[in-house]
Amino acid sequence: MKKKLFALLTVGILSLSLLACAGNGGDDAPADEPAVTDDAATTDETPDDTDADDVAPTSDVTLEFQQWWGVELPEGFLADLVSRFTDETGIQIELLSNPFADTRTQIMAGAATATMADVVGLDGSWVYDFANQGAISNLTQLMADIGMDDSELSAQVQFEGNTYMIPATNFAYPMFVNLDILEEAGITDMPTTWSEFIAASEQVVANTDASGFAIPLEASSPHGVQNQYLSWLWASGGRFMEDGRPNLVGNSDLIATTEFVKDMFDNGVIAPGSFTMREQDMVEEFTNGRVAFMISSLAHLFMITEGAPDMNIGFIDIPVMDGYTGQSGMTVANWGLGVAANSPHQEEAMMFIEFLLSPEINSALVVAASAFPGNVNADPDYSASPPLFLDAFEIFQRNFAINEFTGLPTAEDLMRSMNEELLLFLDGDTATVGEMLEATQARWEPVFN
Amino acid sequence: MKARAKQIDVFNRKSTPYLYLFPTLLLMLTLIVMPIIMVIGYSFFDNVIVIDSPEFVGLANYISLFQDSTFWVSIRNTAFFVGFSVLFHLILGMTFAMLLNTRYLGNLGKAVFRVIYVLPWVFTASVIAILWRLMLSPSGVLNYLLESFGLIAAQVEWLSNRQFALMSVTFVNIWAGYPFFMISILAGLQGISSDLYEASAIDGANAVQQFFRITIPQLKPILISLIMLDFVWTTQQFALIWMLTGGGPINATEMLSTFIYKQGFTRNQFAMASASAVVILLICTAAAIFYVKVQKARD
Repeated sequence: MKKKLFALLTVGILSLSLLACAGNGGDDAPADEPAVTDDAATTDETPDDTDADDVAPTSDVTLEFQQWWGVELPEGFLADLVSRFTDETGIQIELLSNPFADTRTQIMAGAATATMADVVGLDGSWVYDFANQGAISNLTQLMADIGMDDSELSAQVQFEGNTYMIPATNFAYPMFVNLDILEEAGITDMPTTWSEFIAASEQVVANTDASGFAIPLEASSPHGVQNQYLSWLWASGGRFMEDGRPNLVGNSDLIATTEFVKDMFDNGVIAPGSFTMREQDMVEEFTNGRVAFMISSLAHLFMITEGAPDMNIGFIDIPVMDGYTGQSGMTVANWGLGVAANSPHQEEAMMFIEFLLSPEINSALVVAASAFPGNVNADPDYSASPPLFLDAFEIFQRNFAINEFTGLPTAEDLMRSMNEELLLFLDGDTATVGEMLEATQARWEPVFN
Repeated sequence: MKARAKQIDVFNRKSTPYLYLFPTLLLMLTLIVMPIIMVIGYSFFDNVIVIDSPEFVGLANYISLFQDSTFWVSIRNTAFFVGFSVLFHLILGMTFAMLLNTRYLGNLGKAVFRVIYVLPWVFTASVIAILWRLMLSPSGVLNYLLESFGLIAAQVEWLSNRQFALMSVTFVNIWAGYPFFMISILAGLQGISSDLYEASAIDGANAVQQFFRITIPQLKPILISLIMLDFVWTTQQFALIWMLTGGGPINATEMLSTFIYKQGFTRNQFAMASASAVVILLICTAAAIFYVKVQKARD
């Protein structure tokens, strides 16, 4: 009898624990969220917590904020920022901070299982898929619900006429130059056209141990196609989309850009290891003085100056196609914000987004991130930023911001298929650039049909 | 009344084992059987997960999968990767285990070498990937050494060149996985009675004969288990490949695991990813059936 009782008790306990695991842990947060919680960021631990209990508004709501920003910002900065929101509203914010690639995977998994964090950091290339899937909320509606003025926003990423992502920060991709290498190579004039750039790069390779330029084309993160290959196209006023459809075949600007990149490879000016190089590797190559020119996010400036404090760095406009005289486009990437459709706290989530985009907070955020604001009325004080940053800001201002992948369906897969076709062309498997672009367009077309 | 009491007693006795089994069965059902059934189910639908009402398409996903040239490349690469990994895990594991089991080495020496040899197994996949990415980079330590010894004239792109990438990734996996074989075989070697070797020595058997006639037959059950487990684990290897090459350059190191990931997480084709996962399930199930049959035959 005792045995039986024990068995029943065991069954009961295990069944209960299973049910507990399956539950959602209340309406605060998904119970099985895979991301690591940034302990320092949990507002329970903010220094003002005890005082705030008496005076600050209180709320039972805890919002999860999943993003990669916490990893890239100075330590503790994001936690301090969100604690101000808690002080103002009483709403707790739990930061889930992971590197970019992990964040993407976790948000993707959350979208598939309706367990997304309430507020999510988004990249423009993810928006179409999440919006199409119904995983993120219509922000046009939410902004109206809380009475948020969208005229202050620098941009809104839309799907079928409604906003689904609001960029909080804009990161420019200017061309970094290692001035020490250029001096060693005997280069005094900065290249402004493609032919000058190839000549300068060849001079670098001939007179130093460094390479001219680096293109990271690794398969797992194919953003090199966007940031270091198509940047050349956009800088020369070219486009790969026309009327909402891919325009690759017969696109003379794209053909010229691809041939230019191939020339750089054939002339041996590209840093070795491109085919499995990641953006991070490229930045390290540059920081270690092995690459003279690099197109990279301005956000990397802090990392580079910290890693190589004695290096003389400069910024130049991305050289353009010989003969091009128009305005240049500069690649931008965003730290965007969205609200999970599965969040039970839609309005509170939108209030948090409004807070992050308020002029004062947005200014603080972009200064810390070495970025440009998402609120047109933000007035970031870059006076404490390195003079180099201001140089880059000047270049950014005389160019126009562009990223044609933002909002495209399965944007990352489009980059990946273009990446593969580009590699086949660079490696000699595809004979002509025309064939390469035809193959890419054939792989892209079904996505747009 | 008595008959009814007897009936209850019989029922109680018969139901008790099932009550004990119930928690485990419930866990297995929830955590193993249900996900497998769901994935199999997904493979017969279109646009699963991404839309609320996916359409039943029968075997269409499997047909598309078998017509996809990248899938066949991933099968070929996986076969190479798994075959050579298991083979060299076995050879290296056996070699190092026998070295560590030698009577010519003192206890301290054995302990030191055990620690050294087991080190690769201690590292996580991410550490291994970072370590080898650094060593195999064109300006890495491997090229430096090879150039210093005059073995290569120019930098070799071990991971970026399609000719070398698959071999490099397989090599790293071999390096990372042999200690599991080594430790298991070492435990097996220590369990073989020395009487057998002494008796065979009296009969005039040399070391090679002892190895093939005593050591291998005695280790056979362990070896089969190890090979089976390694086959399944290596077939499912994802983290190391993803962090080393991401399946590239082009498709040079594309495996079934990376192929499935890309189908699901970059193309949102979860149904195709499920169909590919079912293929891996079938391969691993075949290995498991083979293992069970061998074990049964031995018993």
